[in-house]
Amino acid sequence: MQKYDLVVIGGGPAGMAAALQAKEEGVKKILILERAATLGGILEQCIHAGFGLHYFGEELTGPEYAHRFIEQVEKTDIEVKVDTMVLEIRTGNIVIATNAVDGMLEIHATAIILAMGCRERPRGALDIPGSRASGIMTAGTAQKYVNIDGYMPGKKIVILGSGDIGLIMARRMTLEGAKVEMVCELMPFSGGLQRNIVQCLEDMGIPLKLSCTVIQTHGIERLEGVTIANVDENRRPIPGTEQYVECDTLLLSVGLIPENELTRMAGIIIDPVTNGAVVDENRQTSRPGIFACGNVLQVHDLVDYVTQESQIAGAGAAAYIKNKPKGRNRYVSVKGQNGVRYVVPQNINENTDKDVKLYFRVADVYRNARIIVESDGKVLYNKKKPKLAPGEMEYVVVKADDIHALQKKELVVRLEVQK
Amino acid sequence: MQYDVAVIGAGVCGAMITREMSKLDLKVVLLEKYNDVAMGTSKANSAIVHAGFDAAPGSLKAQLNVQGASLMAYYCNKLHVPYKNIGSLVVAYNWDDMKTLDELFERGFANGVPNMEIISQERLRTMEPYISEEAVGALWAPTAGIVSPYELTIACTENAVLNGARVKRNSGVFDIEYKDDLFFLSTASGVVKAKYVINCAGVFADQIAKMIGDTSFRIIPRKGEYYLLDKTEKKMVNHVLFHCPSKMGKGILVTPTVHGNVLMGPTAIDLDFDSKLDLDTTIEGLNIVKEDVKTVIPTLSTRNSITSFAGLRAHIDSPDADFLIAPSKANGHFINVAGIESPGLTAAPAIARYVANIFKEIAPQYQRKEVFRTDRPAPVRVNEMSDEERKALVAKDKRYGRIICRCEGITEGEIIDAIKAPCGARDVDGVKRRTRAGMGRCQGGFCGSKVVEILARELGEEMNKITKFGNGSKILYNRTK
Amino acid sequence: MIREMICVSCPIGCALRVELDDSGKVLSVSGNTCKRGEKYAIDECTNPVRMLTSTLKVNGGSLPVVPVKTSKPIPKGKMFECMAAINNEVVDAPIKLGDILISNVCDTGADIVATNEA
Repeated sequence: MQKYDLVVIGGGPAGMAAALQAKEEGVKKILILERAATLGGILEQCIHAGFGLHYFGEELTGPEYAHRFIEQVEKTDIEVKVDTMVLEIRTGNIVIATNAVDGMLEIHATAIILAMGCRERPRGALDIPGSRASGIMTAGTAQKYVNIDGYMPGKKIVILGSGDIGLIMARRMTLEGAKVEMVCELMPFSGGLQRNIVQCLEDMGIPLKLSCTVIQTHGIERLEGVTIANVDENRRPIPGTEQYVECDTLLLSVGLIPENELTRMAGIIIDPVTNGAVVDENRQTSRPGIFACGNVLQVHDLVDYVTQESQIAGAGAAAYIKNKPKGRNRYVSVKGQNGVRYVVPQNINENTDKDVKLYFRVADVYRNARIIVESDGKVLYNKKKPKLAPGEMEYVVVKADDIHALQKKELVVRLEVQK
Repeated sequence: MQYDVAVIGAGVCGAMITREMSKLDLKVVLLEKYNDVAMGTSKANSAIVHAGFDAAPGSLKAQLNVQGASLMAYYCNKLHVPYKNIGSLVVAYNWDDMKTLDELFERGFANGVPNMEIISQERLRTMEPYISEEAVGALWAPTAGIVSPYELTIACTENAVLNGARVKRNSGVFDIEYKDDLFFLSTASGVVKAKYVINCAGVFADQIAKMIGDTSFRIIPRKGEYYLLDKTEKKMVNHVLFHCPSKMGKGILVTPTVHGNVLMGPTAIDLDFDSKLDLDTTIEGLNIVKEDVKTVIPTLSTRNSITSFAGLRAHIDSPDADFLIAPSKANGHFINVAGIESPGLTAAPAIARYVANIFKEIAPQYQRKEVFRTDRPAPVRVNEMSDEERKALVAKDKRYGRIICRCEGITEGEIIDAIKAPCGARDVDGVKRRTRAGMGRCQGGFCGSKVVEILARELGEEMNKITKFGNGSKILYNRTK
Repeated sequence: MIREMICVSCPIGCALRVELDDSGKVLSVSGNTCKRGEKYAIDECTNPVRMLTSTLKVNGGSLPVVPVKTSKPIPKGKMFECMAAINNEVVDAPIKLGDILISNVCDTGADIVATNEA
């Protein structure tokens, strides 16, 4: 069995940032295990610009953003195994992996960082009735075909879901000569960034149909069309609003699911709202020595935040490796209420020595709502925001001193919404 | 090319019968309309091995069902097909239902179904902890089971090929001429000549029979819609669970699959004669499944559905609707194997033997071959191996170390095996049925494009020539640059 | 003439109202809640520019295409013209990140630059 201080599962932006941070904090033997043939993760196919404005202060494309971290990793003695799939995390932090070079790998790690990213919600989970024709795929699959393999997956396209990948692909396909008929969004608002709605849809003259969904697919071999319909406030199709749209391709951009199969197998507690692990402010999961960061923990809209979160996890793992803490952590629990769907981290160590950023998402679009953090009726934070939307991750900072002073070991993040 | 026997339709019956024919010293060809075998009813059904208490005593269905059920374990073992003898329960919710159970028991007894029992509510609860509170008892049939129907079809075909049978895909028969004791079958890939024809064309069997002037039967496509749930729901159901039967069939069932998912369905909607390609799922149909399943297991939800699909049963348009397996009255060298709806999958091994006997009568001149291989090489299933076996395998062939489908843990080596197999996969769905790559919860979101890449490489094609399931089901158009 | 648009400078997404004269000159901007909104409105009405990203054909590389971008934002109206120029070009591997593959594409003053290796 091989031994490492730290094994990072996933070599995308999260895994690389976590490994680099751990290296900087003095961890010696680090190994990154990456499923694909290169480091970089999904950024390799995200060739559009808009990455790094927060972190690097400049606008980079996905591969460029990834490249900056790949270069840094290459300068260190962090070991990397690509084309390597982790199969299981066994008790005692044993990582079982397989690849074509080593065959089966059995690695003991003092600490493990989970950075497996997320996947797109497939058609089956959507329950769209109709045919099994080809031409129905997730926007991310289409993105790989166009940007990596260099093939067009269709000519006449309908996109269901206005998540950012869907919007980006609407522009990308148009630039490559396809006709994007429309983007349908089930909700009355888009989950994508405003900038993408303007630059990917409006610039390209692609209509965005809100409160609208695909209710049937048609075609026996290749997709020939879809039936769309408007939906009511309960998201049910309204009879009489059906419309047939001819198309050969339906791209789905209807949500991302953290890839937590390994996490679940390892018996780690999962937050039912984020579908990611429950973590503390160091991004340590319910299993001591196992940390999580990036889209496997919670789906982010900006890679810059993934990087920041992963640095926290990298530092947390480094401290764990150095101190080998024994005994149970004593936690303050953090909950979202009144329009706050979830908060990450879900736990904070009572004796945390640093201020803690609480990341959260809201349930609806709110204007001039107040964000309130309180414990046992005592308000620790209260600030008005001009706009809050489900598509934008928010955060507030809670001071370490305030956490130490808490009587009740519970924090609540909630909204006060103006009527 | 001239053959002794042409079998039309590579569903589970066509494949089983071709395998039986390949035991004889003759030239047999299996003609399939699609790009792969198991493309009709055999890929979209309940995947159940029925014990045999449904069919009327004395019917061919009853006889071949019970025989087939007892043969299934042997066939699956020889051919390395996933099969589990988990038993079935017909669930009763009131005293009328209990009376129906008695009738089913009687019928099963008459049909020769072994070891049935009518069990109490308490015992039902221990066998199925999530069953509805309303359930008052059940008919327990321990000989029932579950099987992978398309893998059974694929395995039989491979075995037949190993024994000398030819398989011609993309060879749909559109015309038949009979002259000088020879059938001239016009197919999409040219004319095939054969002395005998066995019609296993499923929902299209009536159209094929019509080509020789046999209009004695018609096939109604009866649609059934299903949900397939994630493996996370595995604990919810342990046996094949049926409702008490209705006129339209056995009703909605809930069952584990051999691969650890949960399957629920089917509906039973009769379509028009000309709707034999309609495999659309419908809101209405899927809602029936969703609602109906709640009466059996109230807490089972389709929230964890990974896909839904529809299949067509070949329902023969006659009052007794028994299997029609006999030489045609229009031509004694043409055997119809028609109306093979449920329990057709279960009965398939027995149907094949039954047809072999008919064939022996009409064509006694053919002798058995001296050597017949009863099995096929066991497919490599990396995720079923121990660490040590896996290490040894990857040391021998690195390609078994590269995982392509993450959800199901399928390696590149297994995918290449599926493509290189006798009558191997030529399209993405073919790889999926043989290896399960793309069958998991992400439904090929990640591995789909990689499978296209591997198929293109192994078949020596451009990526945009690879299809989902043959013909016009193309995946990619032109190169972007 | 009045043009309405949503500001994308930040997530708030202010609804802007821009008053223009017949020559296209901006007379006033309203609806913005900060200075950036005004600048965005004026830029969008007088000289809208966009970063263009795409892929370019590569011979002999590990992949058939390499991702590229414009070295600076180009006029919005020139995007499809620049796409055509990119589609007409083929380069030979190896390509390094940052390599200039087309200089001064369509006289925009921007270069087409590789954003990955190939």
